[in-house]
Amino acid sequence: MGILSLAIWTPIFFGVSLLAFGRDEHAKVVRWIALLGACISFLVTWPLYAEFDTTSAAMQFVESLPWVERFNMHYHLGLDGISLWFVLLTSFITVVVIIAGWEAIGERVNQYMGAFLILSGVMIGVFCALDGMLFYVFFEATLIPMYLIIGVWGGPDRIYAAFKFFLYTLLGSLLMLVALVYLYVASNGSFDLHEWQHLPLTAQKQSLLFFAFFAAFAVKVPMWPVHTWLPDVHVQAPTGGSAVLAAIMLKLGAYGFLRFSLPIAPDAALEWSWLMLALSLIAVVYVGLVAVVQQDMKKLVAYSSVAHMGFVTLGFFMFTPLGMSGGIVQMITHGFVSAAMFLCIGVLYDRMHSREIASYGGVVNTMPKFAAFAVLFAMANCGLPGTAGFVGEWMVILAAVKFNFWLGTLAASAMVFGAAYTLWMVKRVYFGPVTHDKVSQLVDINAREFFMLALLAVAVLWTGIYPKPFTDVMNVSVNHLLTHVFVSKIPQ
Amino acid sequence: MQNFNWVTAYPEIVLLIMTCVITLVDLWVKSPMRTVTYVLTMLTLAVVAALEAYQATANGTVYGFGHMVVSDAMGNWLKCFASLAVMASLVYGRPYAADRYMLTGGEFFSLSMLSLLGMFIMISGNNFLVMYLGLELLTLSNYALVALRRDHGDATEAAMKYFVLGALASGLLLYGLSMMYGATGTLDLTAVFSAVASGHIKHQVLVLGLVFIVCGIAFKLGVAPFHMWVPDVYQGAPTAVTLLIAGAPKLAAFAMMMRLLVDGLLPLAIDWQQMMMVLAVVTLAVGNLSAIAQTNLKRMLAFSTIAQMGFVLIGMLSGVTNGNTLFGANAYSSAMFYMVSYVLTTLGIFGVILLLAREGFESEEITDFAGLNQRSPLYAGVMAICLFSLAGVPPMVGFFAKLSVLQALVASGQTSSLVLAVFAVLMSLVGAFYYLRVVKVMYFDAPLTAATVAAHTQVRVVLSLNGALVLLLGLMPGGLMTLCAQAVVQALGT
Repeated sequence: MGILSLAIWTPIFFGVSLLAFGRDEHAKVVRWIALLGACISFLVTWPLYAEFDTTSAAMQFVESLPWVERFNMHYHLGLDGISLWFVLLTSFITVVVIIAGWEAIGERVNQYMGAFLILSGVMIGVFCALDGMLFYVFFEATLIPMYLIIGVWGGPDRIYAAFKFFLYTLLGSLLMLVALVYLYVASNGSFDLHEWQHLPLTAQKQSLLFFAFFAAFAVKVPMWPVHTWLPDVHVQAPTGGSAVLAAIMLKLGAYGFLRFSLPIAPDAALEWSWLMLALSLIAVVYVGLVAVVQQDMKKLVAYSSVAHMGFVTLGFFMFTPLGMSGGIVQMITHGFVSAAMFLCIGVLYDRMHSREIASYGGVVNTMPKFAAFAVLFAMANCGLPGTAGFVGEWMVILAAVKFNFWLGTLAASAMVFGAAYTLWMVKRVYFGPVTHDKVSQLVDINAREFFMLALLAVAVLWTGIYPKPFTDVMNVSVNHLLTHVFVSKIPQ
Repeated sequence: MQNFNWVTAYPEIVLLIMTCVITLVDLWVKSPMRTVTYVLTMLTLAVVAALEAYQATANGTVYGFGHMVVSDAMGNWLKCFASLAVMASLVYGRPYAADRYMLTGGEFFSLSMLSLLGMFIMISGNNFLVMYLGLELLTLSNYALVALRRDHGDATEAAMKYFVLGALASGLLLYGLSMMYGATGTLDLTAVFSAVASGHIKHQVLVLGLVFIVCGIAFKLGVAPFHMWVPDVYQGAPTAVTLLIAGAPKLAAFAMMMRLLVDGLLPLAIDWQQMMMVLAVVTLAVGNLSAIAQTNLKRMLAFSTIAQMGFVLIGMLSGVTNGNTLFGANAYSSAMFYMVSYVLTTLGIFGVILLLAREGFESEEITDFAGLNQRSPLYAGVMAICLFSLAGVPPMVGFFAKLSVLQALVASGQTSSLVLAVFAVLMSLVGAFYYLRVVKVMYFDAPLTAATVAAHTQVRVVLSLNGALVLLLGLMPGGLMTLCAQAVVQALGT
């Protein structure tokens, strides 16, 4: 069995076993097996980095088996520089999230852990899939566990959020399905991504395909104006669910742009890049301003996620190596930082059962160790140099300034908004005098929470101080993609 | 008569003889659960299914009874699946029927077998009258089954509605068939094909007959605007009988559609495809939008059935484009695959409903399923898998069914097909809502009763197998798809 298949099916195997055999009476055993499964799945993905050839733009660790001969679908997996770090990010975040749900989840623990493990495997599948329909099956399959996670263990308005999440993302994906079927017919019966990337298509067809893919990926990223599901869902989802959603599921959409929209419809991508840049800027600036006035911490971080993902799409559609690498790095670092932010809010929520900023004040006095972590992650969210948040944003802004001075200025100004909303929240929640009685009775983080936050802190600092492993891996693949994008596919 | 070839009807003969034997044996059976009758019925159905599977893989297309009956791979596989579907329906339905005094005689089993016999005759008929005979045997048995719970007002009302509307539809179908006979001078489907293809017959006469035939078929499938009987009959009939009329007979209706419209009237494809396009659009809209408002689960599933049939029609209407039948096999096999996966999923859903209904109350309302996940994760899981399959979410088999049909539609290459494809996926999004609502009730709501769900071992095993099959066929759909493709190619080739 190839290593990519192992990476996908190990967590799914553990998840299904927990679903089948786990019982609430043995919740402790269930949790430890879930953690074991997540760790094994993480260890399985390490050889992908260790044995990755950074000099080659070709797909590596390729596995190809016939799947459905009737439609020429193949179980075709592969990794290149663009997708490598996402697989590792997914398996890492799964470990953290399992630890995060240790005490907070008391009912149907086996289903909670099982859902996250299955979700982890399926998301890795999305990043590795090189067959159009295999990608779609994995892409859509993420909806079911997430729907159940939000609806069963979520907040008071979770049902509205769960439905909104499912139906909103399903709408976009169904339009993408029509596009995939169309490509199958147009390429004379093939679902192979590589063939599609070299398929000549007229400008009009490319535009239609681009917008069909846009429908799916823009909702997933999420781009303004189809971002409205994210604040509702993040607020209502349980902590682990929000962390996985922000850290990984949003990246599925951006990854889709890189794997589908750009290579298959490059002329349309170039033609409509102005629109994508405009929407990205609106996300960065406008949504950043919206985040400033939020009263609910989770909603604030949700809007901040939309703004950060705006940087990602901004980086992609400038079509420069620096911009595109910057966008991908931003995706990875945002994964760490947003997961960390949501986990911090989760730590507070477990104790106070409130996400309102007004309920807090002066947390540093009673929870100094926790506040240290929280401030570190907040600084990373602002984009402080030395932390993860800086690298991606700096690369994208540098590329933006080179591309168009005013674009760069607007993008850079958004960093001010980022600092504004994050630091203002930090000031009101963590610093200052203790304002409420309940805050004065808070207990500092225990060993488990410390460990989980430390894991993320190490990741955030390591990425911020030494981002070279990330950028080295993706250079060749990004250049390869960009050379492909600039070659017109319109048949003459 | 020449070409008697009774081997083509061997399984039907076995089925008929055993039905008579079982009806007689049942007179001496005393147990309230009718165990002996049940075991004999299951054995018969298993043997018949095995015979059909053997015939499907062994011979090519064989005609019998003077060209009135055809035994080909498509028909035999559909008959095999119908037999298995009736077996599952009986497994799920027997405890329910026993609780409601429907097993005071053995009619539940005899009538099911007779309706299966009717299905067999419909599926393998190569002659207008033979098919009509089969149809009538099927529907008359079904009318009796619906009315089996004679002291229940809803059931009697449903039976009356079913009977009156069904008789009307059969009359329409018969009128169309007689017009076709008048125009072509023959009842034999192959001869009709040649006569119509020759071009010597007045087109208007043919289309007149065709319209009535399509109306009759649409009624049997439950396609809007001929759908009004479906919600009332599904809701009013005892749930075990709802499963018997919602599951296997759909396969027979599909076979009848294939035989009449493709084997017999393919030269008129341009005409009936246009009719189907209108029917598909109306049925997708009506079915999906009406289901949203439903609070009764059986009624909601009835409307969902109406909508699902829209997809089958989409598969059927993509066969002939620009005058050639290149895409025919692709289109009709995708419709067949859709129908088979739909029947499998329906069995699973009704199986769970029947399971919950055993506790002395009818689990018909959606709210009756509240918190099923906490009472029994296994059955909630099976129900969720089947519901997601109907919604068309991967990795269940329903997704691949929708994919096949969409692919057949887009392959025809016309802009109207693309527009219809987008419309179909938008309607399936609407559909996803009401399927999700049931999942929501099962997983997110608190249970109304804390009682665990008790089930016979047989039901538990078959239901788990059913759910597992929906998931497994979704992960590896290739086998069933190839089976349908080969069957249709053989059916078209003759």
